[in-house]
Amino acid sequence: MKKFIELTSTVVPLPNENVDTDQIIPARFLKATTREGFGDNLFCDWRYDAQRQIKPDFVLNNPTYSGKILVAGKNFGCGSSREHAAWAIQDYGFDVVISSFFADIFKGNALNNGLLPIQVSDEFLQKIFVAVYHDAATQINVNLVEQTITLLSSGDQAHFDINAYKKSCLINGYDDIDFILNQRKAIEEYEDRLAL
Amino acid sequence: MGKTLVEKIWDAHVVKSDVGFPDILYIDTHFIHEVTSPQAFDGLRKRGLPLFRPKQTIATADHNVPTLHQDQPIKEELSRLQVDMLTRNCAEYGIELYGLGHPFQGIVHVIGPELGITLPGATIVCGDSHTSTHGAFGCIAFGIGTSQVEQVMATQCLLQQRPKTMKIEVNGHLGAGVTSKDIILYIISKISAAGGTGYFIEYAGSTIQALSMEARMTICNMSIEMGARGGLIAPDETTFDYVKGREFAPKGEQWDLALSKWKSLYSDEDAVFDQVLTFDATDIEPMITYGTNPGMGMGITQHIPSSSSQALSEQPSFEKALNYMGIEADAPLLGKEIDYVFIGSCTNSRIEDLRQVAEFVYGKTKSPNVIAWIVPGSKQVEQQAIAEGLDKVFEAAGFQLREPGCSACLGMNEDKIPADKYCVSTSNRNFEGRQGPNSRTFLASPLTAAAAAITGKITDVRALMVENAYV
Ligand code: SF4
Repeated sequence: MKKFIELTSTVVPLPNENVDTDQIIPARFLKATTREGFGDNLFCDWRYDAQRQIKPDFVLNNPTYSGKILVAGKNFGCGSSREHAAWAIQDYGFDVVISSFFADIFKGNALNNGLLPIQVSDEFLQKIFVAVYHDAATQINVNLVEQTITLLSSGDQAHFDINAYKKSCLINGYDDIDFILNQRKAIEEYEDRLAL
Repeated sequence: MGKTLVEKIWDAHVVKSDVGFPDILYIDTHFIHEVTSPQAFDGLRKRGLPLFRPKQTIATADHNVPTLHQDQPIKEELSRLQVDMLTRNCAEYGIELYGLGHPFQGIVHVIGPELGITLPGATIVCGDSHTSTHGAFGCIAFGIGTSQVEQVMATQCLLQQRPKTMKIEVNGHLGAGVTSKDIILYIISKISAAGGTGYFIEYAGSTIQALSMEARMTICNMSIEMGARGGLIAPDETTFDYVKGREFAPKGEQWDLALSKWKSLYSDEDAVFDQVLTFDATDIEPMITYGTNPGMGMGITQHIPSSSSQALSEQPSFEKALNYMGIEADAPLLGKEIDYVFIGSCTNSRIEDLRQVAEFVYGKTKSPNVIAWIVPGSKQVEQQAIAEGLDKVFEAAGFQLREPGCSACLGMNEDKIPADKYCVSTSNRNFEGRQGPNSRTFLASPLTAAAAAITGKITDVRALMVENAYV
């Protein structure tokens, strides 16, 4: 899995709330059998019209905004369990998603792929949006070791929570399977206990 | 202190629990389907690992399958490739596959219960968020991502944080024309599409206890639509009667042994939930959604809320949703003309749903302006419907009974609702484009959907039921 330690980047603002995984990657694009290439269809129905012409008013098509951090409204990633949503966001080039609330399964999927979901307060989220709309060159620093997120323009800083185990996975670039494979003996013992 | 049902099942499945780490949770049954499994099989191959417990893995093809002419090869190339890949993967790893043409094929959350694979007290996962459906049997069942599918394939276990628990009690009698779908749409409209995030929800109370297994599955199915990890209902005689005698259910001595264990599956009197909510069944009328998430629902006779009634930060999303749906704030939905009716999906495609619709549409004819699809959840449901003559009733009423699959629930296979068209759907998600690019979805119960098909408009099913009484 990809490692994550620290990042400083401009951001792409997407203030919509309840962005569901059907928007992130519509089901008709889930027919691929590999993990790559989903970025082309990230937010497809917002990015393109039915003739696949670019919709200029959608933020990903607006050259003013770019960067490796997506900032979204609350309850991001609700809906289906498709991990393709995390793959698409990552494949497009984002390493971090910031929101004031994440849906459970999306959050887990993101962490399992080295895409860092950062939950901040509603107030801090608004601060980011205000700063970015004021100046699109606004940069944000994300420090996973310190668990801090900093708006470099104003110096505003917030602490974010992350499960200690998940944090070490991200920093070291190893995943749940690497961890759990070492536990096979305990698993077999559990099965033996059940069989008694 | 007593334990909640979730805690009892969880504790019985913990392989290892270390401070600072998620629990290692043993998984009894793993369902897989064609969409979320290929990358997991690939992962196994890359790591050079075998499938740890092939006998505890069951596969079906449901998302991509056409619902007409299933005896012929799938026309759409990418869908066919994905289904073929599942077949090859299952053969290579020794997994039982109920693929197209198999008498047990169907939507994964319909076949597990009807085959007696889904059992009380079990842990069940699938790379599909509506795995919560199986919780109706009193088990811990939840959806997982593809990396976790790979994890279960490799170890039959999952690393999981212990969830928070919520109890939702519903008490009292349901009114005429009000079904379990209305109960769950009502609850979601009250607590929002994110109100259950982080929780396992136990549904309880006299209303829930009085429900059939099919109706309970509809409720648990939509737990994920409030963001919950899963939902469950303590097993009782209704549960045991349903499970008994099914294809893979325990038999003979095994049954007696299982039954005695299952009878301890309830939340203790003094168990403490992190949150408790109570609702009154008599407050619930037939429900319909108006917006683009399942929390945007209301009683069918009500008016769509005004934008100013929403929190300031939510107003832009609210207005965007109404705009997408092509409807006005403050207006009623009753009388709104619609184009499609879809009765199906893992929420409402079981035999009881089909019987209810057949009974209601018997002797009626659908509006000529509406296309009405009924898609059974499984081959077994389809065969049962035909055996009972329901197909004739549907045909006479102008409804098309198709072959089993996810169908128009998710706009992935051939069954899609065209752009800008309105569909009253018994499925579980009304997201933008869920049923096809730019399609517009009103979620409702099978009865409300059937009523809309008859009149061509959004209709209070109770009005037609009264009419019936005088015939
Ligand atoms: S019917 Fe719909 S919700 Fe259910 S498993 Fe199929 S696609 Fe998912």
